Amino acid sequence: MNTEPTQPDESAQRAEPAASPPPSDGALLSAQNITKVFGGLVAVEDVTFEVPERGIVSIIGPNGAGKTTFFNMLTGLYKPTYGRIRFAGRNVTGRRPDLIMKDGMARTFQNIRLFGTMTALENVMVGQNARMRAGLFGSIFRVPRVKREEKTVEEKARETLAYAGIAESQFDQMSVNLSYGDQRRLEIARALASEPKLLLLDEPTAGMNPQESAALTDFMRKVRDERGLTILLIEHDMQVIMEVSEYITVLDHGQKIAEGTPEEVRTNERVVEAYLGKQGEKEAAEGAARRESGRGDQV
Amino acid sequence: MTKTVASLRQSGLRTDTRTLLALAVGLVVTLWMAGEIEMNLFMAFVLWVLVAVRTVFHENRAVLVGTLVALAVWAVVLPFFQDSGGGFLEDATQALALTVMALGLNIIVGFAGLLDLGYVAFYALGALTAGWFMSGFFVGAGGGEGFSLLVGEPASTLPGIHFNFLLVILIAVVITTIAGMLIGLPTLRLRGDYIAIVTLAFGEIVGRLVINGDEIVIAGEKITNGRQGITPIDKVDLPFLEPFTGLELRPWYWVALALVAVVLFVNYRLRDSRLGRAWIALREDEVAAASMGVPLVKTKLLAYGTGAAFGGVAGVFLGSYLNTVNADQFQFSFSIFVLAMVILGGLGSIEGVILGAVVLSFINFNLIPDVFNDYPSKVGLDFDLTELSFGIFGFLLVIMMVLRPEGLIPERRRQLELTEGVGAGDTALGGGESIQEVRA
Repeated sequence: MNTEPTQPDESAQRAEPAASPPPSDGALLSAQNITKVFGGLVAVEDVTFEVPERGIVSIIGPNGAGKTTFFNMLTGLYKPTYGRIRFAGRNVTGRRPDLIMKDGMARTFQNIRLFGTMTALENVMVGQNARMRAGLFGSIFRVPRVKREEKTVEEKARETLAYAGIAESQFDQMSVNLSYGDQRRLEIARALASEPKLLLLDEPTAGMNPQESAALTDFMRKVRDERGLTILLIEHDMQVIMEVSEYITVLDHGQKIAEGTPEEVRTNERVVEAYLGKQGEKEAAEGAARRESGRGDQV
Repeated sequence: MTKTVASLRQSGLRTDTRTLLALAVGLVVTLWMAGEIEMNLFMAFVLWVLVAVRTVFHENRAVLVGTLVALAVWAVVLPFFQDSGGGFLEDATQALALTVMALGLNIIVGFAGLLDLGYVAFYALGALTAGWFMSGFFVGAGGGEGFSLLVGEPASTLPGIHFNFLLVILIAVVITTIAGMLIGLPTLRLRGDYIAIVTLAFGEIVGRLVINGDEIVIAGEKITNGRQGITPIDKVDLPFLEPFTGLELRPWYWVALALVAVVLFVNYRLRDSRLGRAWIALREDEVAAASMGVPLVKTKLLAYGTGAAFGGVAGVFLGSYLNTVNADQFQFSFSIFVLAMVILGGLGSIEGVILGAVVLSFINFNLIPDVFNDYPSKVGLDFDLTELSFGIFGFLLVIMMVLRPEGLIPERRRQLELTEGVGAGDTALGGGESIQEVRA
């Protein structure tokens, strides 16, 4: 963890993202002054940010910075204490998670949360739940419409699994029996199957080796280009972040301390401070290589 | 010899000594039991053959399907081999009715993972519906002349309300579905053990209502007869069939079997549907399910509603079959009895639940009171075994939990979970949760 960075005077320093914010007209998702308080703990404080359509945007920050809490608010698992979230032209603040999913926001989890005893295929079929219409009686009598729907959903699930790079032999395996990498890929496939506009990935490369991380980075770009998705990413692996992100927001102690392009963020003083502590500032000046390795340790 | 055995094994046959021994012991026990519970010996033997074939050819799909069909036929023709007024058919009919309930509870507990300890409430409401609409309970109905719908003599000429059996089943389905959803509402924000407590309370409330219903007067009519019970209830009256009587039990058996078939059909269809997947996803991980687009409220309420509806159907049938609806039938222990069937058979496993229901019913209605009841006195002890019924069930459950915790015929998923220690922590009955503020 970072060593007690002295809290700088808020009003003076808060505003200054080194770069201009992304153009707001193309924003798919925008969060305004989002705050989340748990009891006496302010987990996320007054964060405002935007995700442009078809962009790949990252949120980074030290452990406990409030990144996942922020994700949970976007996806409806938490209701923000203050603030407003707009997604695809609609106010989704405090909306139910399943409806937000239906609006086109799909996510993965930091610690994989698959439906363990369901097969890979079934997991992905659940992912399409919001796109299905079969009701109680339709399912009981299996009317032709429901039958067709089941078939298309299954086909789509197979196709999505293959797209995410899971071998066909694994489709009918229970998801707990899959390899770690496949479980990560399955989570992404499950989210993709719902045809989201925005894909939220919570530390997708956690526990992956460098090759797998690189493959996943390519996959993210591929998904964005081929399917026209927008991707919002929480990540700790700096290599991945710097390579894939077009825009980065940095959180620390629940506050947004910087945003900008990877290059801008890399050289931002407050970011370096948040990651390395006050001491880091001097080191930061000394050279990029040294800085990188220092970050690696911290994270 | 060894060579043939080896090649047989390779082809997927189960011919190891243990299995064969178990089958041999099974044959002896089956025939002995059949004698004791007055089951036809030939039919018992056929049952054993079916099970044996299935066990040995366990990997052959054609055999599996074949034995299933044969089993269905066996169940249909069974009454012809039994005395139509005898104790065996009486117990078998009850066992089938309880199977309907167990299958209903299985949707709530087994599929959706919502532990329900108040299932008796739905039995009570179903039976009460029969009491209201199939008896002389509302004497004043139709100006004292009675009000009847689609029923034949003699019910149509009696005072009270007399609706056709199928119609009453429909009414009961509506009533219990609504009740199921009502009980579901307060549990939506709860998990695991807390759901169990709320449902338990609901079961008790309905039980009390039935006991004290003779003092609750709505629009000039009391709502139950309390401990005295509503009796007699109209016999099942179906079109094109002779009116049912209490002496001819075969038609009752077939009606119960038909109910099981319908419920079974619904169970299978739902399990393999969008809703079934949503239930299991919910059981596995509520947070992930919600994030994947599964509407928690709707999905849970549908589980409660459908599960409750089956309880109501069985309630109507049992009301008519037992010819009385009284408060003593609706005790907490009944909820546990049905839950024990589900757990004994295998949570979430449709086939297992049927087996569990039939086995426990026969133990309860036949083996304990008729066969073993005087065993304690034979060895000089001064009590009847019936006094120990629930102790025996408890003991059986403990044995099961030690030897085969996944149930007699485990659901594929549960088997994995329990034998390989997979994700057991955050499922149905465990219910630990890390995100504290997930909103329904």
